[in-house]
Amino acid sequence: MRLAITDLEVSFGERRVVNLAELAVGEAEIVGLAGDSGSGKSMTTLAVLGLAHTVGARVSGSIRLDGTELTGLSQREMREVRGRRIAAIFQSPALAFSPVFRVGTIVHRALRLHGMTGAEAAGAAERAMRQVLLPPGLLDRYPSQLSGGQLQRVAIALALALRAEVLLADEPTSALDVTVQAEVLELLRALRDRERMSVLFISHDLAVVAELCDRIAIMQHGSVVEQGPTSQVITAPASAYTADLLASVPRLATGAGR
Amino acid sequence: MTPPEGAGAAGPPGPEGSVPAAAPAPEGTAPAAAPAPPGAAGPATPAPQGAARAVGPEPEDAARGAPPLLEVTGLAVRFGPVRAVDGVSLRLAVGPFGLGLVGESGSGKSTIGRAVVRLVAAAGGQIRFEGKDVAALRGPALKRYRRAAQIVFQDPDNSLDPRMRIGASISEPLIAHRIVARRLAALRARELLAEVGLDPEFAGRYPHQLSGGQRQRVAIARALSVQPRLLVLDEPTSAIDVKAQARILALIGHLRAARNLAYLLITHNLGIVSELCEQTAVLYLGRVVESGPTSELLSRPAHPYTQALRSAVPEIDMAARRARLVLPGEPPDAASPPPGCVFHPRCPLATDRCATEVPALREVGTGRQVACHRAEEVLAGVRTGARPASG
Repeated sequence: MRLAITDLEVSFGERRVVNLAELAVGEAEIVGLAGDSGSGKSMTTLAVLGLAHTVGARVSGSIRLDGTELTGLSQREMREVRGRRIAAIFQSPALAFSPVFRVGTIVHRALRLHGMTGAEAAGAAERAMRQVLLPPGLLDRYPSQLSGGQLQRVAIALALALRAEVLLADEPTSALDVTVQAEVLELLRALRDRERMSVLFISHDLAVVAELCDRIAIMQHGSVVEQGPTSQVITAPASAYTADLLASVPRLATGAGR
Repeated sequence: MTPPEGAGAAGPPGPEGSVPAAAPAPEGTAPAAAPAPPGAAGPATPAPQGAARAVGPEPEDAARGAPPLLEVTGLAVRFGPVRAVDGVSLRLAVGPFGLGLVGESGSGKSTIGRAVVRLVAAAGGQIRFEGKDVAALRGPALKRYRRAAQIVFQDPDNSLDPRMRIGASISEPLIAHRIVARRLAALRARELLAEVGLDPEFAGRYPHQLSGGQRQRVAIARALSVQPRLLVLDEPTSAIDVKAQARILALIGHLRAARNLAYLLITHNLGIVSELCEQTAVLYLGRVVESGPTSELLSRPAHPYTQALRSAVPEIDMAARRARLVLPGEPPDAASPPPGCVFHPRCPLATDRCATEVPALREVGTGRQVACHRAEEVLAGVRTGARPASG
């Protein structure tokens, strides 16, 4: 397993917001973590990134990346892991890019921070842009000159350039148009197949999760209430909560009017 | 709930300071200019016969002489060099009636909604509400229109004052439009909260104490407070999670019947219009590329863009999955639209003709219009160039 989470607990004082017995992502696998707002999905992301303490939360349990235990690492060691070995993309790509720098400057700086030389960084950035089907020329632009979908793909390109072992994708398409969402989902699938990328895909939208993911874990009140292969969870949900989430998805098939 | 009657203009609360506390004026106070109910003697200016080219309810509606509630003809809105809306025609019947406006970011759908409630000015074309030219409204007539046509925005965080209690936010337009006496406004606000499925006790809370879905209900309650006949719902569920979204959509479905509401539902997700809108117009780069009854448009799209939009909606049923049409690239810059059909650079069916000749919006079947040279082939199920998704 690329990423293996066991007995993860995240608490704010006495209040436990995540109580995750087991969640794992294998090589070339996309695992979906679905649930409502407040179910603990994003706190799980923060814990895996070693950032839960920044919001005042306490973390216990085990998070292993290719066998390396992450929970005991110092902040300095964790900084090496974060971005380099575990990349993350979030709902608002616009917030992930400083508006005052060109996109390429931001990408180069991140690559050099993780040990590449200037020339290596330039080459890696261009290659990665092509991998996410963007013209490398976009690197010369400012973030405001790119669309949300393009910026999200640049964020994914950065993860590719760094050869990240795991990509955490926290609601990466929730702010995008359905057409652009479809493109990003297709890109993630292609990267799984071609680059053997491992993705933990977090979303409230079970339809998106069902389309993209190989396996699904359903989270409620901080715990995983159900997990399994996508087809099984979708066609024969074991928990009432999953069935409820499924029922909330708007269906195209229904006729109009009433 | 009394169905909305006569009178009204709503919208951003008027000059509240100047409103005397007296004169609680519910319905009926509207002067003679009050919009005539459908079927009654029509307004002075009859609706132009743009019917054939406008999205809207059945033609017999016009035949019976009842003007549509809203008729948009050749609407154009410009922001500098950008033609945000370029010759759009739409019709909305008197409620209960839903018209979906669907398209990607930059398609002009929100701008149309804003033009309808006069938040942006039209550069061309006409918007008629019950036969009257909305652009020409002034003074009391404009205020009545602002009351009759309300808008609900995507992000309730930006439409509710964070320092105002929920009850006060809902009462404000009630007082500004003198719908109830100041002393009764709080009570009315509580009734409205109950109507949108919230605990009336929420009146005492602040916006940050509510969830996103609850705040959106408050925004809807506030819009309903002035008894509008037309609601513009601008991506009302895009900022909230799926379960809250399903509940908001159910609420809209309930309100349309209970209040005879007509609405423009603006969304990028075709899945959302399918249950709430009789008619749908698909927009691309400020133009209507296809329109018609929602069920037909979804089951048998006539425009390749509609096909692609439909195909982009994530679906849960394994059986419903099909080869996905992924549109290459992004919509072009509206400041310099491509020649010919504006969709041709991304269209899987584009031919040489599409690059030079602008396709006119034309009839294909009853009540359906499409702007595509190859619509007949699309209707017949051609999906040339479709590239199946890899997963």
